[in-house]
Amino acid sequence: MNPVNYLYLAALLFTIGAAGVLIRKNAIVLFMCVELMLNACNLAFVAFSRMHGNLDGQIIAFFTMVVAAAEVVVGLAIIVSLFRTRHSASVDDASLMKL
Amino acid sequence: MSALAAAASTTSTGEAVQFWVLGTVAVIGALCTILMKKAVHSALCLAGTMIILAVFYLANGAYFLGVVQVVVYTGAIMMLFLFVVMLVGVTAADSLTETIKGQRWLAALCGLGFGILLIAGIANAKLTHFNGLGRVNSAGHVEGLAELIFTRYIFAFEITGALLITAAVGAMVLTHRERTERAATQRELAERRVREGVQLPPLPAPGVYARHNAVDIAGLLPDGTPSELTVNKTLRARGQIRDVSSEALEDLKALEQKSAERLGREEASK
Repeated sequence: MNPVNYLYLAALLFTIGAAGVLIRKNAIVLFMCVELMLNACNLAFVAFSRMHGNLDGQIIAFFTMVVAAAEVVVGLAIIVSLFRTRHSASVDDASLMKL
Repeated sequence: MSALAAAASTTSTGEAVQFWVLGTVAVIGALCTILMKKAVHSALCLAGTMIILAVFYLANGAYFLGVVQVVVYTGAIMMLFLFVVMLVGVTAADSLTETIKGQRWLAALCGLGFGILLIAGIANAKLTHFNGLGRVNSAGHVEGLAELIFTRYIFAFEITGALLITAAVGAMVLTHRERTERAATQRELAERRVREGVQLPPLPAPGVYARHNAVDIAGLLPDGTPSELTVNKTLRARGQIRDVSSEALEDLKALEQKSAERLGREEASK
């Protein structure tokens, strides 16, 4: 199998995630699509790490995971507080900076 | 270890089969994530895709990352998503109205163009073989990772610690709500109810007695129409009310038809 297949899969998953961010309106699903894009990048990093024969790619993927965890915590907190003030998780309703 | 390292530099037939089978499932899971109507279904599909990605990490020799992917992503992050869906998701079904006309199709088109661009770019690169991780894993895989994290990437690692603490504090600040007024007592609530005069007695019970007693079945008013008030607010918001008011009429109709058929057959046999 050609190693480039892993990169194709990563590109495909990234594209699906990006299309999801554009198409969906529910803030939670939007956030899941961002996670999908981050995961696709991680797959590309891991495949590159094996191609080049060093561990730097895996370290970067590891840092991506840590940052994604921090991002999810803050993002979901924002969604919850947004839902409390507007009673909706749709990003179309959040059109003002403050209530 | 040496066998694993050797396997990492070439791709076996088994790995190819695994790639094509699991890769297909991963793409289907990703598509379901963006196409499912309910947020819970999206979350479950995404969790499946992430587990498959963990298997790919393991196949690529990233044993530590594969385990971390399962523990952190599918274990912690997706469960956090499910918690928030539980808090928020009662009315979180997507509205299907488009704010900008034709946005959905334009977005799909943009995604398609972007994907073609990305994949064509990768196809132009000359990547034909894996170098394998045998050399860098000679002292052990996790040891190699640790050596890099604690030497070359030590600064990024420390910054990450600061980031995690900031995120935890940020989440607390964002979701913490100080109670500024005393909670209303039962007596005050009763007085307010009398003042407003909308619904003085307790809400009516759900279920149609003698036929159904499930909580999601609206009680019927004297004229046979279902009363929304009888059903729990959450079920109402989800649109999960079962209406049985037409069932009785349908039963009667079916009975009449059956008896008509039998009578007709009996007449024909005579």
